[in-house]
Amino acid sequence: MVASKHQWKAWLYLSPAIVLLLIFTVWPIINTVRIAFLEGYNGMMVVGGTKFELGLGNFKTVMETGDLGKYLKNTILLCVLTVPLSTIIALLIAVCLNSIKPFQRILQTIYFLPYVTNSIAIGMVFAAMFNTIGGVNFKDSWGIINNVIQFFGGEPIIWINQGSTYAANLAVMVIYIVWNALPFKILILLGGLQSINKQYYEAARVDSAPRRRVFWKITVPLLSPMLAYVIITGFIGGFKEYTSIVGIFGEKMGPADDPGRLNTMVGYIYESLENGMQGQASAAALILFGIILVVTLINLQVSKKKVHY
Amino acid sequence: MKVVLQNLTKAFPNRNKKIKEDFIAVNDFTFTVPDGKLIGLLGPSGCGKSTTLYMISGLQKPTAGKIYFGDDDVTELSTENRGIGLVFQNYALYPHMTVKQNILFPLQNLKGADKLSKQEMLERATEVAKLVQIEELMDRKPSEMSGGQQQRVAIARALVKMPRVLLLDEPLSNLDARLRLQTREEIRRIQRETGITTIFVTHDQEEAMSISDMIVVMKQGVIQQTGKPQNVYDDPTNLFVAKFLGTPPINVFEGKVSGGKLYLGDDCVLDVGGVDDKDVWVGIRPEGFIVSNNGPLVCNLSSVEVMGRDSSIVSTHSASANPVIRSIVDSDLSVSSSDKTVRYALKPHKVFIFNKETEERIYFTNPALTNKTKTGE
Repeated sequence: MVASKHQWKAWLYLSPAIVLLLIFTVWPIINTVRIAFLEGYNGMMVVGGTKFELGLGNFKTVMETGDLGKYLKNTILLCVLTVPLSTIIALLIAVCLNSIKPFQRILQTIYFLPYVTNSIAIGMVFAAMFNTIGGVNFKDSWGIINNVIQFFGGEPIIWINQGSTYAANLAVMVIYIVWNALPFKILILLGGLQSINKQYYEAARVDSAPRRRVFWKITVPLLSPMLAYVIITGFIGGFKEYTSIVGIFGEKMGPADDPGRLNTMVGYIYESLENGMQGQASAAALILFGIILVVTLINLQVSKKKVHY
Repeated sequence: MKVVLQNLTKAFPNRNKKIKEDFIAVNDFTFTVPDGKLIGLLGPSGCGKSTTLYMISGLQKPTAGKIYFGDDDVTELSTENRGIGLVFQNYALYPHMTVKQNILFPLQNLKGADKLSKQEMLERATEVAKLVQIEELMDRKPSEMSGGQQQRVAIARALVKMPRVLLLDEPLSNLDARLRLQTREEIRRIQRETGITTIFVTHDQEEAMSISDMIVVMKQGVIQQTGKPQNVYDDPTNLFVAKFLGTPPINVFEGKVSGGKLYLGDDCVLDVGGVDDKDVWVGIRPEGFIVSNNGPLVCNLSSVEVMGRDSSIVSTHSASANPVIRSIVDSDLSVSSSDKTVRYALKPHKVFIFNKETEERIYFTNPALTNKTKTGE
């Protein structure tokens, strides 16, 4: 314990962070909760001097929004598809990286590059790769990805343009989000792998354990704290999915013939804000918070049983 | 299962890249471990004893030489297929598994004809747990146990698959003094009960002396001497071995042989027949001193520590290579701490002389030595 007569010093050093957090994090959170429970709250009307009554009207409006189911479905689908996929791929890459000696540093850097690249920029590059140029029936170009598919004798697919299917849109989103999520996960998992005592592997060799068994019985359990961490943060990130969709589809959040097809909860919150419906946006934010809270609690509960510390 | 090590050599690239020459960790190591015996590999740290052990385990590949288990050449065989048990210095128990799971792990890896049913595995695990006396701890995790208990689990895990050879790397170094005494007896008992050829590495000469059937003393990758612990102690082949074995350590003097007599400084202490006149190193075991009023070796008395049955006398002498001379004598022949000097006669079989340059043993004859100084082997 720090001697109590020096406590004011500790507070002094903490105060800049505390002040900023109070202003830009704590107060907005409190305000969001307050606004969510004010009937029909609207920023413009506040300026006009309107007083709002307490009530659940905003939540009712959100629930009755016709597209809420679609937003939830998109959000959950993207989460459920990308988190396991990116975690498994990241684990494989991390294990491979960990088992090679030459080029490990260089490859590690290369794999980490997407992390330091702006996700909108990455989205635009992905969009360019999947884009088709030209009319509905006649294409000037099918795009790089389709060129590759055609090279191997496959039929070109309309990925994100007019006439594309929901499945194709989703596939592009999954590829992009997974690719974007890999660097951070690889970094964490590689760090975890490198901190596992090599002696356990020597012991496993002495015990004649086959490689597959070593992976499942030793590597995965000893890596479980890091795995739990990337899965939990992955789910939290997944539920906040928005920029990636803007990156690929632009603010329409969908192909030209069906705007909003890939809209998510966060997208809906932004939309409400833009339309001056702060009350509705706050309520939706609280609902999203509730969902993330429940999912994270479930994650923690599962990891309590599975994670070895 | 005897273990034959033939010209075993391990070279590592030198850490200092400027030096092209490899670092030789183990040099031309040839030794046969007899079937069912407990062998102690002994030496100061960095002498290559652990490297030797890891080469036997297969975790390190020898640069040259052969390893045989019985008549099988296992030099090229991977660790997985050698059928050895290895207890690591820090045990390397899988931290996420219970004791039971740790012990079962090697059994679950058995394939083909050796494959066991679940019931058989449990029986084997229980049996071996009983042997090392940890039956009550089967559901604990390693982190919930003391060092000594973890050590037993590590031995159980190594024994459960009935290895051809059991290897122990500094098995007692992580235990406190009391537990160390107890555990080394345990290791001895378990080895006797199972009859598995066992090789263990230690830098603690007392540990090696107390439980080994044979010891191998190493220095800088080279075997210095092998044999039964008592024989090596009684008959060291060079100054290093003489200094390394024994607590308290041997007292070393700079001496001189002249006309068949051994001089320490001006004191003519012993008849040494058959040795040419020259300067020599002289080693005298602490128990080699006899307090005697007209003894030839005159030392300045520093202190007397009575330890029950024995007394330990600390003194100094101008010819001593160590700061002090420590002798162990019977308490009855007590010397008063107030005396200025203490006079010793020497027991000839506790006195060794060594070549000043090579530090190799020089054998001598003395009327008091009825049989040859060179005993045993």
